[in-house]
Amino acid sequence: MWRLGSRFWQTLRLGLKSLLLHKLRSGLAILGIFIGVTAVIWLVAMGEGVSYQAQQQIKELGANNIIVRSTKPPSDVTRGGGFIISYGLLRDDYDRIVANVPTLLQAVPMREIRKEARYRDKVTDVSVVGCTAKYLEMNNLRISRGRFLSDKDKDDNVAVIGDTTAHELFPYEDPIGQSVQIEKDFYVIVGQTESKSPSGGIGGSLAAKDYNLDIYIPLSTLHGRIGDQVITSRAGSREGEKVELSQITATVHDLSEVDETAEVIKSLLQKSHANVDYTIVVPKELLQQAQVLQMMFNLLLVLIAGIALLVGGIGIMNIMLATVTERTREIGIRRALGAKQRDIVSQFLSETVVLSATGGLLGVFFGFLCRPAIVGARAVMRQLFPDVIASLPSNIQQLEPRIAPWSIVAAFLISVGVGVVFGLYPAQRAAKMDPIEALRHE
Amino acid sequence: MKMAARVIDVHKDYILKGGVIVRALRGVSIDFPEGDFVAIMGASGSGKSTLLNLLGCLDRATRGQYVLGGQDVSQLNDDQLSEIRSRNLGFIFQSYNLVAQLTVVENIELPLYYQGDISREARQRCVAMAEMVGLADRLDHRPFQLSGGQQQRVAIARALVNNPHVILADEPTGNLDSATGEEIMQVLEALNVAGKTIIMVTHEPDIAARAHRTLRMKDGVLDTHTPRGALA
Repeated sequence: MWRLGSRFWQTLRLGLKSLLLHKLRSGLAILGIFIGVTAVIWLVAMGEGVSYQAQQQIKELGANNIIVRSTKPPSDVTRGGGFIISYGLLRDDYDRIVANVPTLLQAVPMREIRKEARYRDKVTDVSVVGCTAKYLEMNNLRISRGRFLSDKDKDDNVAVIGDTTAHELFPYEDPIGQSVQIEKDFYVIVGQTESKSPSGGIGGSLAAKDYNLDIYIPLSTLHGRIGDQVITSRAGSREGEKVELSQITATVHDLSEVDETAEVIKSLLQKSHANVDYTIVVPKELLQQAQVLQMMFNLLLVLIAGIALLVGGIGIMNIMLATVTERTREIGIRRALGAKQRDIVSQFLSETVVLSATGGLLGVFFGFLCRPAIVGARAVMRQLFPDVIASLPSNIQQLEPRIAPWSIVAAFLISVGVGVVFGLYPAQRAAKMDPIEALRHE
Repeated sequence: MKMAARVIDVHKDYILKGGVIVRALRGVSIDFPEGDFVAIMGASGSGKSTLLNLLGCLDRATRGQYVLGGQDVSQLNDDQLSEIRSRNLGFIFQSYNLVAQLTVVENIELPLYYQGDISREARQRCVAMAEMVGLADRLDHRPFQLSGGQQQRVAIARALVNNPHVILADEPTGNLDSATGEEIMQVLEALNVAGKTIIMVTHEPDIAARAHRTLRMKDGVLDTHTPRGALA
């Protein structure tokens, strides 16, 4: 029982024993570190939770993709005459990209027009999306009934409808095989997509999109039946837009080819477009920007939590200085009996490290309770103050803290480091005492 | 005769704040043969505490030589002096100076611990020492659970455990009633009979009389050399 083998354990055991003599004091010192470590883990977990949502949305766009969208240029620089404004990506652009970009795996063209869809007496606003078979997989959509468009559909009047649209138009029946009317034409429904949560807008370069309101028809059918022009009547005047393609999504084989391919596409488009009536969105860049932003955010949180740990460390130092003064005589006795200065240093240092490591371990333990604590607190708040909760932004309402493993390791190591750094001075002070003076101390 | 310790023309100056120099020892030379039992007496400020600190390797002389067990220790550094204290010296203090949070055995073990010896044999030796001073049934007691006399016995056991060249006793009976003080003196005498060299500082003449000889300090020098019995 007496032996614990090595001198290290002996020192540690001695430190623990001394600390247990002053439970309140040691407890308070531990508290400071504990709060600091818990703060690090919780703050980082919440930061990770917030940015995780954003990054997931960007990832859904596909890191290997380059998205080119038609955007309306300022009104005085549009091509074509009359009241019809013509702009955006052309079918020729698509052909040029397919023919001239060697790194391309595939390119998916798409045209999107807002229309009304009818079935018997029901009418609903939809987004008619002219696309090809590849559109399904590219947007991580899934089929719940029937099939998606295939390359064989060509110019046929077939359609695949989104989940919300399906429920609007066919609340009680199976939509497959029914015909939905858009403008003058009827389209036979061949499939329905699964519900998919809408993607949020990202950094102003991509608008939010709700796939559940879509109706997909073959691109060539859209071109033939609906055409490129959209005429809107507004307050007596008529305005028209002529857009051939809303979007081209280019995919490359490898992530490393993304930047280069984006450059090639950009220069291709520059040659054929006098005005910049398109936007090139590179999800990979968005992702990198989001990651940089998150890193800065994390850094800030760590800084704040670091201040908490610093305060904890000062608390430890304060307590250790008091301890050293109080135990001056013991230091004198130990020195007289042969303790070297470094023996005294390691004795007091081991005490501070035991304090800070205990605080650190407790902090890590409570760090893991972050998620249940937040979920629980939110549930309580919802019971007591439903109005307050309802008024919060949705990403705070739905915030799911994500504990970052690195934050646990870092917080614990920092806490031990704080113990060493802030314990060193009191320990040195103890060791440097004159043994004769120390022995005389009352 | 083999010498346990020798001091040769030792001087000790203290420089106070403001540059005032206090000459605490002004050339002291004493031989302590093995098996000696010496009492050092003197008024406060006479230099007897300074001399004891030098003998205990807690301080270094400004000038002069100190040879302990054949080794000149006057020029050693702090670490080396610590090593000497843990191996070659035993301390007995007026106020016992046990470490409060340690048990009897752990207190006795301290010099061995700082030698780096935490073997099973070391622990057994500590138990044997405790038994020798009559505390076999108090091994796991803490100092506050012991009487003054018992605490001083622990201190004696601790001073013996490293088998030192010299045992230094600073007013060993100063905090004890006369009966208990007498017991402690008997323990010290028995140790001396067994061959231990004991240097004791005291201001009580009848305690000093128990030593073989008494040295008197005055103004930093040795005053008189009194053989045993001369004071009685």
